[in-house]
Amino acid sequence: MNPFRRSPFVIVATVLVYLFLYAPIVGLVLYSFNASRANVTFEGFVPAFSDRVVMEGSLVKSSPCGPFHWYCDLAKNDDVAEAAGNTLTIAVTATIVATIIGTMAAIALQRYDFKLKPFSQLSLYIPIVIPEIVMGIGVLTLFSQLFGWVNEAFNLSGDARLSLGMATVTISHIAFMVPFVTLVVQARLQGFDKSFEEAAMDLGANEWTTFRRVTFPMILPGVMSGALLAFTLSLDDFVITFFTNGPGSTTLPIYVYGLLRRIITPQVNALSTVWILVVFTAVLLLQLIQNREQKQHS
Amino acid sequence: MLKRLRENKSAQGTLLALPTTFWLFFLLIIPLFLTLVISFGKRSPDGDVIYTFSLDNYTRLFGYSTDCPNGQASCFDPLYVQILWRSLTLAFNTTALVIIMAYPLAYFIARAHPKKRNLFLFMVLIPLWTNFVIRVYAWMMLLRKEGAINIIIGWLASLLHIPFTPLEMLYTPGAVLVGMVYEFLPFMILPIYTSLEKIDNSLYEAAADLGANAIKTLLRITLPLSMPGVVAGTILVFIPVMGTFIVSDILGGRQVILVGNLIQRQFLDARDPTFGSAASLILMIMTLIVTYFYTRKFGFGEEIVAA
Repeated sequence: MNPFRRSPFVIVATVLVYLFLYAPIVGLVLYSFNASRANVTFEGFVPAFSDRVVMEGSLVKSSPCGPFHWYCDLAKNDDVAEAAGNTLTIAVTATIVATIIGTMAAIALQRYDFKLKPFSQLSLYIPIVIPEIVMGIGVLTLFSQLFGWVNEAFNLSGDARLSLGMATVTISHIAFMVPFVTLVVQARLQGFDKSFEEAAMDLGANEWTTFRRVTFPMILPGVMSGALLAFTLSLDDFVITFFTNGPGSTTLPIYVYGLLRRIITPQVNALSTVWILVVFTAVLLLQLIQNREQKQHS
Repeated sequence: MLKRLRENKSAQGTLLALPTTFWLFFLLIIPLFLTLVISFGKRSPDGDVIYTFSLDNYTRLFGYSTDCPNGQASCFDPLYVQILWRSLTLAFNTTALVIIMAYPLAYFIARAHPKKRNLFLFMVLIPLWTNFVIRVYAWMMLLRKEGAINIIIGWLASLLHIPFTPLEMLYTPGAVLVGMVYEFLPFMILPIYTSLEKIDNSLYEAAADLGANAIKTLLRITLPLSMPGVVAGTILVFIPVMGTFIVSDILGGRQVILVGNLIQRQFLDARDPTFGSAASLILMIMTLIVTYFYTRKFGFGEEIVAA
């Protein structure tokens, strides 16, 4: 039997599932050009380019940006800029920390024997088997009890008082990202031949040199994909951030959620479209770089 | 000192693993312990936690109520049990639907030409890169009374000359189910694909040589060998569905309340962290029990990490 044979049922099902995956996104992008501010029905594209915005009821009659009216509107929104900045700051900081300590732990768990090992390995599975909301309210309780106690004990007042903010979000993100980094790097370490390291040692390299020149380059793809996974998890996170953020640490998902509970203008759609494009471009670039490196090495 | 460390492999291992273990201990294990302690506590009138040992939160969760209609001292109030049951059935239904939808697609990708596989996988991942909250919003627009689905059905109905009144789809249990399926579908496709892709072509050839037809091949080779992927996918879907509150919040409105919504409201609106903690522990225990029995029956797939 031809292994590439496909039944018509599989093909129809595949097409339907892809349609299901893409229909909402197409709708989302289309409505970002909506002339209707109320954004309930699609009232056509914002019509004309003009010197200033002309509104008629909730309809945009013309705008300097034409169909891209809501994108210009978005660019003027300082809250979005701040939320985007916060999201990136948190994701970058948390990814760096999680990747470093996660890789260290992976090496320890794969290459060493120590008393804590079973406990360390087991704790990695906690974020996978426990719903995120349980972790979210757990860290919220921890921070609020701890901060309440510290603030009282040291009699802190005003700005000196400890409260939820960028730091608590970042620290909590690291906690749920680390296990993913460690597990990915561990999988990479499992698959490679120890004899390379032994050869390096035989040739007189010390442990540090062996790690730097042999082990690390070999696990680097694993470390990179672990870091990338952690980064996207952080960018996308809603639940943990929802419970650990405070004034001034609103991230994009939290900001959008806030909008959905109030008035939704096509600006939200414009924001979503920009988001998709940015992530798409980033992943495409990364893919291209990886492909080129693979070609160079082979 | 440094020299001794260089010779002591066990100490090196401990040191390397220490930051991660420390971090997870303080931000996962201690919080879980705190949640347990607080769930036995009581709420003070101004919303603080009073530490005592009381089972009131748990009895309340399972239906014991002192706020009764006809002046009785206590009665059974099914409200919270219903919420728990609703969350559990929704998680089962979502998982089942997701498996049915993911399997043919994963099969298609795994059987596609190797050069095209990455492209098809890429196409599964693109919707994932939009944010979780944005994806729920996209469905809110589609399901609205004035949304695209009603427009399309209305147009079809007018072609066939059937009278049509727009359906109220938003703020129904069905809307929440669709939203959940959409959010978690890719998490099922990837592990199933990973296990299907591993199946050696020679197995199919052997089956054909031995005269097996398509259905027999599916039942005897494809399905059993892809079980690890289905198991991994189920864990990746079932657990988050149990705890998610945004989907029901936005697509279910006030109509569909799940455990996640209950917990969230206790911490933010109702300000009773002790009751919220008890609900959250029950949620955790429910998912652990289901995962335990499920993985014991089918094994714990490596595909979780692969995905």
